[in-house]
Amino acid sequence: MRGFVYVITALAVIGLAFWAYRETHLTQQSVAEMRSLHREISSLREALDVQRAEWAYLNRPARLRDLVHLNYDELGLMPFSSEQFGEIDQVAYPPPPPVALRRPIEVIGQLHAGEDDG
Amino acid sequence: MIRTPLRPLARILDARRRGENPDAIERENLRLRNEQRRDRARARAEGRLLVLALVFFGAFALVGARMGIEAASEPREPRVAASAGAAISAGRADIVDRRGRVLATNLVTHSLYAQPPLMIDPPRAARELAAIFPDLSEETLLRQFTTPGRKFMWLKRRMSPEQIQQVHEIGDPGLLFGPREMRLYPNGRLAAHVLGGASFGREDVRAAEVIGVAGVERAFDAELRDPAAAATPLRLSLDLTVQSAAREVLEGGVRMLNAKGGTAIIMDARTGEIVTLVSLPDFDPNARPLPLAEGDAADSPLFNRAVQGVYELGSVFKAFAVAQALDEGLIDLETPIDTRQPLTWGRFRITDYRHRGNSQPLWEVFVHSSNVGTARIAQQIGAERQREFLEKLGLLAPVPVELSEAPSGRPLVPPNWSELSTMTISYGHGLSSSPLHLAAAYAPLVNGGTRVTPTLVHRPRAEPGPRVISPETSAAMRKLMRGVVTEGTASFAEVAGYAVGGKTGTADKPRAQGRGYEEGKVIATFAGAFPMDDPKYVVVVTLDEPVETSGAEPRRTAGWTAVPVAAEIIRRTAPLLGLRPQIARPAPDAITPVRSSARN
Repeated sequence: MRGFVYVITALAVIGLAFWAYRETHLTQQSVAEMRSLHREISSLREALDVQRAEWAYLNRPARLRDLVHLNYDELGLMPFSSEQFGEIDQVAYPPPPPVALRRPIEVIGQLHAGEDDG
Repeated sequence: MIRTPLRPLARILDARRRGENPDAIERENLRLRNEQRRDRARARAEGRLLVLALVFFGAFALVGARMGIEAASEPREPRVAASAGAAISAGRADIVDRRGRVLATNLVTHSLYAQPPLMIDPPRAARELAAIFPDLSEETLLRQFTTPGRKFMWLKRRMSPEQIQQVHEIGDPGLLFGPREMRLYPNGRLAAHVLGGASFGREDVRAAEVIGVAGVERAFDAELRDPAAAATPLRLSLDLTVQSAAREVLEGGVRMLNAKGGTAIIMDARTGEIVTLVSLPDFDPNARPLPLAEGDAADSPLFNRAVQGVYELGSVFKAFAVAQALDEGLIDLETPIDTRQPLTWGRFRITDYRHRGNSQPLWEVFVHSSNVGTARIAQQIGAERQREFLEKLGLLAPVPVELSEAPSGRPLVPPNWSELSTMTISYGHGLSSSPLHLAAAYAPLVNGGTRVTPTLVHRPRAEPGPRVISPETSAAMRKLMRGVVTEGTASFAEVAGYAVGGKTGTADKPRAQGRGYEEGKVIATFAGAFPMDDPKYVVVVTLDEPVETSGAEPRRTAGWTAVPVAAEIIRRTAPLLGLRPQIARPAPDAITPVRSSARN
């Protein structure tokens, strides 16, 4: 009986030791993984900061102005001025739909009718 | 174990035969047995003591070793808990403009240092380094590398990625890199005087402190360095596009008019937010120049004319005398003012730029900028009340703006505020103040009469400040300032769609040494606001020594120099500020006949 208890206890100790070892190992693995993820996040964040700085640098007004001057022929951009504001009633109505060509006679008739109105 | 019997039969028989007492044998054996037992018990007790001693020794050794390790090792952040570490590790907070565009940010770069004892081939390293960095000389480097006892030296504070790669390629183990956070101003010169600049404080191989040295970087140094607030950028009231347009126009104006420098300020008339603050000449905050070792500090590009430059600003001050007289009910717009020339006071003579009759209504005194008329008004106000009024407008103390240079922009006030001082101050001589003072003092004249405090921090909602003048006086001032543009000295300030109003000022520059004024050197100023029916923004443009040379003789008055520049700045920036122009459009055809018949 006593021997049996000893054997069981020894087995339990071995089992627990194995379990503890495995858990420690898993934890260490997760920590290592997390550390590498952290490193990746911080390097990505750093890269993001660089991108943001570069975006701001490439969009600096002085450079945009030079680009506008260089590409004036193509873009024709001018400084924003007060003449570019408008009222809603300055916007024209859409043009009337084009005349549907079915028979030439009908079209001439419509054109004449239009001239009479004007 | 074999037990020895106490009475071994062989020895007992033997003893009986010899007639000895057999009990002696038993006692003897018993004694031996007891001795054996005692020895065993002692050995066991000693063994137990030894084990116990070993256990205690082991335990104390463990504790001691652990303490030693803890004491000797580098402190390290607990990695598992610091999952939010990214927000904390970012060094200095960014600075952005009012719409969130980056004005200052950080870049990670590297510094270069050398440890000569680790070097393999110092002559080669020196040669290659000199080839990469033109500002390092090979001889000096070699001498430093081979100086005995030299263990450590900095070579470069900051390097570009290309340079880092080139240094890597030298491959000398004695050349080492330290990570550095570098402050970057992507817009270069654009808001140089506002941002100021940053440099390294305490330095270490692994990191360095970035500290602000001027401008908002220094004024907000503690807030920007606060690790808890590193993720929230500092939001300024500046508008990048407006600042850029204003700077472009001002730079063109300074060049065309051969001016030494200039400033342009656009400030929200109600909240005091400074939308634009340009001072030329300026500098690149990424490579901040050194302050001048000798000569006038005002000649350095580091000098912020808008805040530090205190000048006598001339006729723009007339608005204060007139506003005070109107507010106190001494005069109204039609009151005739005595403008006989010259006005003599002791040895002092006050004259006008152009004589326009011996008596003019207040309206004309202001619109045509009569020194004599304004001096007469100031005489009515008196020294004490004038001083109080200017103090209420904030013209007698440094502007409390968030720039580290702001306290140095202290106005120069006459030591003895005599009646003559009162008269000269009324037309802007004898009291020096900065352009930013002027902007802050003009805001209450046009915004309905409440004081504003200029600020560089985004603050869209601001409580109106204490009342300085009544709303009626403010309305009268708006009318007067609009009159200066429509029929007075600032006729070039007319901008289609934005009813600009303001006042010009042309002040002779005082001599640097001695008394009196320089010949042909002026400070030309335009201070105004737009749109005049409900002013949103106050504008101040100042040019230092401008000359307009398109005519037969050079013209220096503000109407020919500062005013056109200010008008162009308003024309360019008002749409960018989101102000809708009020343009009288030709009515549609159908209505025209009705109108013309109604008029007839």
